[in-house]
Amino acid sequence: MSDVPLQAARRMALPSWATAPVVAGGAIALFWVVTLFTVHWWAPYDPTALAGMRFSPPSAEFWLGTDALGRDVLSRSLYGVRQSLPIAVAVIASSVVIGALLGALAGYIGGLADELVMRAADVTLSFPPILLAMAVTAALGPGLRNAAIAMVIVWWPIYARLMRAQVLSIREREHVEAAIASGATPSRVLFRHILPLCWSPIIVNATMDFGQIVLLAASLSFIGLGAVPPTPEWGQMISEGALHFYRWWIAAGPGMAILTVVLAFNFLGDGLRDVLDPRSR
Amino acid sequence: MSVDPLLAIRGLTVSFAGRSGTLLPAVRGVDLTVGQGEVLGLVGESGSGKSATMMAVMGLLPAAAMAGGSALLRGEELIGRPERFLRKVRGKRIGMIFQDPMTALDPLLTVGDQIAEAIRVHDRSTGRHAAFERAVELLSAVSIPSPRQRARQYPHEFSGGMRQRVVIATAIANDPELLIADEPTTALDVTIQAQIMELLQRLCAERRMGLVLVTHDLGVVAGVADDVAVMYAGRVVEHGRVGDTLREPRHPYTRSLLASLPRVDRRVQMLTAIAGAPPSLGALPSGCAFHPRCPLSLEICRHQDPPAREVGHSRAACHRAEDVPALMPLHGAAL
Amino acid sequence: MIGYVLKRLITMPLLLLGVITLAFLLGHFTNADPLTSIIGERNMTNEAVVAAARERWGLDRSLPEQYLVYLGNLLSGDFGTSFRTKQPVSADLLARLPATLELVIAAMIVGSVSGIVLGVAAANWRDRAADHAARLFALLGSSLPVFWSGLIFLYVFSVSLAWLPGPGRLDPRAEPPPTATGFYTIDSALAGDWAKFGDALSHLVLPALVLGWSVTGVVSRMVRGSMLDVLSQDFITAARAKGASRLRVLLNHALRNAILPTLTIIGFSFAYLITGAILTETIFSWPGIGSYAVAAARGLDHPAIIGVTIVGGAAFLLANLLTDLAYLAVDPRVKLGARPAT
Repeated sequence: MSDVPLQAARRMALPSWATAPVVAGGAIALFWVVTLFTVHWWAPYDPTALAGMRFSPPSAEFWLGTDALGRDVLSRSLYGVRQSLPIAVAVIASSVVIGALLGALAGYIGGLADELVMRAADVTLSFPPILLAMAVTAALGPGLRNAAIAMVIVWWPIYARLMRAQVLSIREREHVEAAIASGATPSRVLFRHILPLCWSPIIVNATMDFGQIVLLAASLSFIGLGAVPPTPEWGQMISEGALHFYRWWIAAGPGMAILTVVLAFNFLGDGLRDVLDPRSR
Repeated sequence: MSVDPLLAIRGLTVSFAGRSGTLLPAVRGVDLTVGQGEVLGLVGESGSGKSATMMAVMGLLPAAAMAGGSALLRGEELIGRPERFLRKVRGKRIGMIFQDPMTALDPLLTVGDQIAEAIRVHDRSTGRHAAFERAVELLSAVSIPSPRQRARQYPHEFSGGMRQRVVIATAIANDPELLIADEPTTALDVTIQAQIMELLQRLCAERRMGLVLVTHDLGVVAGVADDVAVMYAGRVVEHGRVGDTLREPRHPYTRSLLASLPRVDRRVQMLTAIAGAPPSLGALPSGCAFHPRCPLSLEICRHQDPPAREVGHSRAACHRAEDVPALMPLHGAAL
Repeated sequence: MIGYVLKRLITMPLLLLGVITLAFLLGHFTNADPLTSIIGERNMTNEAVVAAARERWGLDRSLPEQYLVYLGNLLSGDFGTSFRTKQPVSADLLARLPATLELVIAAMIVGSVSGIVLGVAAANWRDRAADHAARLFALLGSSLPVFWSGLIFLYVFSVSLAWLPGPGRLDPRAEPPPTATGFYTIDSALAGDWAKFGDALSHLVLPALVLGWSVTGVVSRMVRGSMLDVLSQDFITAARAKGASRLRVLLNHALRNAILPTLTIIGFSFAYLITGAILTETIFSWPGIGSYAVAAARGLDHPAIIGVTIVGGAAFLLANLLTDLAYLAVDPRVKLGARPAT
């Protein structure tokens, strides 16, 4: 079929990835990133200071009410992004680096290294993620830093598996064989000729996992293994709200915060998946 | 019996919605008639609109397609009728046979269940058991050995030819007046093709069913059909009795098809024997759609789409229909 | 497929051993004195108890030896003693298992049914309003933190509207039904106590909805995708050509074929369900393994945490295996002895 007029029409329309969910997700994500860097300039109250009466319901003064200590829920919810986003970024980045490195070595060297790494990955992936994260955090001692370490321990195998599969398929390509034949050292082949081509599925997956990590971090804090009071952390705030759940507004702010962040990244991930796997549309 | 023909298609059009709101004309005003118990061979290259024509009759066009014009089944309109009405026609009054028996059967249901389903969707009063018994009879009617055991088997346990027999059994389950067979042998081994055609012919004769045989193979048509209609770029370019039309075709395209016929691999030969490729729906030539490939084209052919008219024994849509026999003689008896 | 399942059967015990080993190492590298974890702080002053525990858990021996002792104890069902409940962890877990299973199974039903309905609707009305709405609803479910949506549901349906009871498995004044399965709904039905059945069921509704909704999206996405695959196939047109109604084609042919690949995802969603159950139970005061795990983690009750972790890992492995087996059982093409399609 000759598609000349069709192609012209397509070129004029929006790019195919700019679907409503992707745009909405991007906008929400952008809002939170901006908040992360600027919240101290415009938040209505100090997140840890007593701002008013205890348990004030939402009002013109306190848009989302105050909590059991009279702190402003809105300000605390906004400040919460300073815990969640940096932790999620750190966890994703560390998991990607560790996982990708181990996966690449496993795929490239093979043999015993492959066995060790992949069996460790198998075992780690045999646990429900939160359970393992809880156990590790409990063993290391509660706290956000240890919770982050636990999440990396839970998450690295996903990228290790991905990376290994990528390396295995790319090392068969001609340009790699040519490099080997021309006498390049194994490390040069791996770092110069294989790894640069391996990243795209890893990055896509990392984007899609981001919301999950935010959720997991909040869950650990909710359980009491992550952030410690009075830090304004969303999961921790919800667990305070649960104690007084007739005062619904205490948990409403942090809950909406988690929901919007996770939804935003799920929208982005969904859009990304549509672009990469057109079959799913 | 009614005086209305079994199937009368008049001015049928089918358009597919393109991406940017354009309409791509797949069928552009088709007229066809199938008489009681008669076999019509509908011939054309892929993309000529022959399958779209038959899908429009069945009301099974994809959602992005629109049908216009008229198709009368014994005088009853089929085009534009509601789904409720069409459902009572499909499988009941018109049976359909598909090109690829490997994909036309549900892999997760036994063949007996699939035949029984065709019966039970039209007659709720038939019990499961009765429908199964009927399925066994139908399997034996299409010459499947040990039908009772076979009815309990799944499609993957059948060979391609056997599966096509199952598809045929499903199509004739409710004794339809008309069968539509869309390239029923294309996907089969050569040796099996003849058996399936023979079976179809026998069933149509026994049950006085009309048959529309959609195919790109004039050889098959010559052996089986009463009438032949040749389609090109969404139009019927020639329509007549098989013997007359193939002996003295009045359209250059029919001629070219015939000329390319008596070779070992017909499909490949057909493409190479006629210079050029069939036009795409989005970019139909002006005038007669065949003129860029036509050895006889004149100036008028570029500007005016010729209407179909009676010439000799057939109805042809060609400005030069009268000249075709003399200018494009058939070398030797192809058939 | 059969070979794959056999391979899974063989690797499963090895993975389980890995799970136990990892849990053991976690217990060993904890900041707390492992002895404290085993016998509890109060007993640390009791010389006899300390010596007995040392002996029994081989704490005076090297790490590999301890590991073997630990394995031996596990094999005899000894997970150690929770220093919070003072009960053997295995007894605690057994007592709480039915509550969790009841919740997870109910949630799995909610998630699968809603996911299948949404997926079928989305595929049927592809790219239309219903499709987008289904997608949004599903995404919302997987984005909501259950420990928050649980609170909201409780507030709306139990406090504001008073349609459904609050937390717990039964009215606090009610006695549990006689134990047969440990599922309060089934047990009260077996006992013929329909008032109690209604009570148990109404308590189950909210947590099952909250938890089930969180996996709706995983299931509906998969169902939609495989429905679209199936709907484009010839046998669907063939079924319509028989005169079958749209609904019949959707359910009897398309869904039947689409459900096979979906089975895997329902098994896969088990991971989400366990994750969610831990938090859902906490919100709904559901006396299951999840709330036990949270209480153990909060109280740094290491034997209990390690026990839960091992059981959770084992359950996870088992669920994956069962999914594979279910796949084998449903697809006639992979039945033993059947010749593959040619």
